[in-house]
This record gives sequence, C-alpha cells and structure tokens, in this order.
Amino acid sequence: MSMKLSTRQVDGVTIVDCSGRITLGEGSVLMRDTVRDLLAKGHKKIILNLGDVNYIDSSGIGELVSAFTTTKNQGGELKLLNLTKKVHDLLQITKLYTVFDVKDDEAAAVKAFK
Amino acid sequence: MEQTVSYTLDSTLETVDHAEEKAARIATELGFEEDEVMQISMAVREGAVNAVLHGNAYAPDKKVILAFERTSEDLVITIRDQGKGIDLKGIPNPLATENLLKTSGRGIFLMRSFMDAVEIRPSQTGTEVKLIKHVRGASAGGKEGSQ
Repeated sequence: MSMKLSTRQVDGVTIVDCSGRITLGEGSVLMRDTVRDLLAKGHKKIILNLGDVNYIDSSGIGELVSAFTTTKNQGGELKLLNLTKKVHDLLQITKLYTVFDVKDDEAAAVKAFK
Repeated sequence: MEQTVSYTLDSTLETVDHAEEKAARIATELGFEEDEVMQISMAVREGAVNAVLHGNAYAPDKKVILAFERTSEDLVITIRDQGKGIDLKGIPNPLATENLLKTSGRGIFLMRSFMDAVEIRPSQTGTEVKLIKHVRGASAGGKEGSQ
C-alpha cells in the first residue's frame, strides 16, 4: 500500500495524518514535499500522525529526521503521534525515540505546543 | 521453497519492492513468525536499496543478483551488485550522538539488527551481502515441514 497524507488544522496546529508505507521513493518524497509546503506557508506547528503507518524503512526514518530538523531550523516544532509498534521499535533501536517528541494522545499533543 | 532460488534483477526502485516481497513470501513459507518475516524482508529491502542505489547507481546495464538458500540451520540470503564496492571503514556509526540526526546511513545497521549474521564482501567488481537468519527450533513443525 502506497503512502497517503492528509492535513487538518486543530487549534493552530497542523496535523498530518499519514497512512501506508514511508519508504524510499514516493512515500519519502510525499512526506518531504508536504512538510516543506507547510513550512513555506507558515505552518510551523506540525504533528505527524503515524497511527496508520504500517511500514517504514531507513529512507523513511531519514525523512522523519529531515522533517524534524527542517522544521526546527525554521523555528518550528514537529511532534510524532500514535506510533505503531513497528515504528516505535525502529525508533528505539535507532536511538531516535528520545530525539523526537513522541505523543500518544492527540489533544495532549496539540496542547503541548508552546 | 527449493534449497536455492536465485533472481537477476534490474537496478530499479521496483527491484527493491520485489526483493522485499520475495523475502517476505519465502520467509513465510519457511515458517518464520510474523515478526521475523518483517525483520528478514526489511533487511533484504535495505540490502537491495544499497545494491540499486549505492552499488549499481541505477545503471541499466548492471544487475542485482538475489538468492535465497535454505541450509540445514539457516536461511541465507545473498544480494550481489555490480558496482565499485563500498568502503566499510567509511560507514559512520548511526548511533553515535553526532550522527543521530543524519538522514541516511542506517541501512547496514538495520540489517545487522534484524539478522543473526551479516557478511559484507566488497570488491572492485561489486559488493556481496549475505544475510543469515537461523531457523530456530529445527523440530518445530512449520520450519521443518517446509524444507
């Protein structure tokens, strides 16, 4: 299943609902373009909802890192929401779990923005 | 699955997906559990990505050889490219603090994390990666029965 993204606004925060696979190729490019587009439009509070992401490879991990650092470098903030076990485990073994701000409750994640 | 099956694949992104799918199917047929199937297929995906992108650099005249072998104790997967070889000493540790926020360089680490053994043999005519997963519990029905 290829990746699908949709965005919505909640209290000034942009939530990107992701589903499918974040892998080398289309999935990674779509993620990159979406985050860059949001930042270009001034949306700098971003939550990536990964609740329906069932697979991610090293390129996808790289895209998450890229989204995180790009947002931070532009004065924004990016959080991850609803990690599946597979994604959670991958972020653990790559030691990225503590780098990202990971939430499992959407309302709490929205409120957590400064 | 027969004892050994081998595929010659183009240096394309589709090859990466096909390699992953073949690995998942074969690992499932051999009776590996769901988590192990995911680990094996992901390791193969990472190996195929390296072969297509970094080894063959998408060159249409270069191929990726993918082979699955069921030995008495292991599933041995070989991925060979026709590139210029890689410098293993030049690969940084992705877990080092200074590398955590790099956007690439985790493929080999993931392969090593998911497989029981990973052997990488670079040469000037290509790199060969062997991914080895032990078939645990030789008396367990699924894995033994699928030989």
